[in-house]
Amino acid sequence: MSSVRVLVGTRKGAFILSSDASRKSWKVDGPHFAGWEIYHLKASPVNPDRIYASQSSGWFGQVLQRSEDGGKTWEAAGNQFLYDGATGTHKWYDGSPHPWEFKRVWHLEPSLSDAEKVYAGVEDAALFESPDSGQTWTELSGLRTHKTAAEWAPGAGGMCLHTLVIDPSNHDRIFAAISSAGTFRSDDRGASWRPINNGLKSNYIPDPDAYVGHCVHRIAMHPSRPNTLFMQKHWDVMRTDDGGENWREISGNLPTDFGFVIDVNANEPDTVYVVPITSDSHHFVPDGKLRVYRSRSGGDEWEALTKGLPQENCYVNVLRDAMTVDTLDPSGIYFGTSGGQVYASPDGGDTWSAIVRDLPPVCSVEVQTLT
Amino acid sequence: MIQVVLPKNLQILAGVGRVVEVEVAGHATQRSVLDALEARHPALLGTMRDPVTKKRRPMIRFFACEEDLSDAPLDSPLPEKVNSGTEPLLIIGAIAGG
Repeated sequence: MSSVRVLVGTRKGAFILSSDASRKSWKVDGPHFAGWEIYHLKASPVNPDRIYASQSSGWFGQVLQRSEDGGKTWEAAGNQFLYDGATGTHKWYDGSPHPWEFKRVWHLEPSLSDAEKVYAGVEDAALFESPDSGQTWTELSGLRTHKTAAEWAPGAGGMCLHTLVIDPSNHDRIFAAISSAGTFRSDDRGASWRPINNGLKSNYIPDPDAYVGHCVHRIAMHPSRPNTLFMQKHWDVMRTDDGGENWREISGNLPTDFGFVIDVNANEPDTVYVVPITSDSHHFVPDGKLRVYRSRSGGDEWEALTKGLPQENCYVNVLRDAMTVDTLDPSGIYFGTSGGQVYASPDGGDTWSAIVRDLPPVCSVEVQTLT
Repeated sequence: MIQVVLPKNLQILAGVGRVVEVEVAGHATQRSVLDALEARHPALLGTMRDPVTKKRRPMIRFFACEEDLSDAPLDSPLPEKVNSGTEPLLIIGAIAGG
């Protein structure tokens, strides 16, 4: 009998929500690490009981936690994220050079094939790799030392490497997205990188179609089509079908194309989900209505999904790592809000209900489909 | 034995109570006490000071005997009452917020 385990990171701790495959009745476990910010939790696809959690605090800094029993118990793993060699500078908000400084781990991406290996995307933007399930970390410095890096500048949320996507058909290929530098691709397991931003247009930077400098919020891939990526940019929803060489806009009839999350249905590679957000100055959903938008055509044409979601007086945000999909059939869709709700749809988005309503603001949501 | 009082979040992280005892060679200093504390409880590495530079994290404070020792040199002797175990070294998460 299949089941699902939803891993929720919040501003004040982690929660684990579990259900059988019906996804109707839920057990809520937590808070783990009460009082700490949990930017992200993610489990190894090779060893599903091994879960990593990025735990941080303005007082106490970065801690990395690991569970070997599906989140029942945890132990602190390694938290030394030391940049490799000379750190150099990137641009600060006023345009002046600013040294790279480690602040926190935004995203953890366990290897698809090696149970011991895990990657971490951090702020200030860099990629780290651990060969020993998080005990020790080494920077893959080819990204941070890219020739354009001195020109990268932070967005309002900091200069963070927030998205990592490994090509399931070719583990040498990794995609990374950085706010606000753009999207990058490595074809040699993270050793060297190049920007892949052709086709992005951003009117908030001096050169709207610059080589780097775009504020990419999230990218998503269906594992059966690794050359097709979907992107929610600061503004604009985008798509590439050639591994990032060229992007085209697919915002279509969305009420606004600003947002953070984007994800792909596990069983339908052309079914894509976003949650439009009013604007970059209004980080809440438009018109007081929480609506997920679904495209069944890989973009351009979108339908609002509202059944079970609040359609008045709702002013929440959904952050970039706070949407995920399970691999059951029909695929379950999950997202968490700044208001502390975690919503689930067991039918691909047709109907929704809240698993929990009153958690601290949600930073991230991941789901494991367990068999 | 040196008595060290930890803030609640670090007690939970290290799986210890409010007061932790550590032993150091010679007269205790901020550096020797924190070295001993981190060696005994590795989960605390990096949470009070930078693991490389040993610089105090900005929102951590060290108090003892009604004195703020946060900015004292790392190798200065701690007060005699801390050294003798009569008074604790207090590690504090600074007050922040409204």
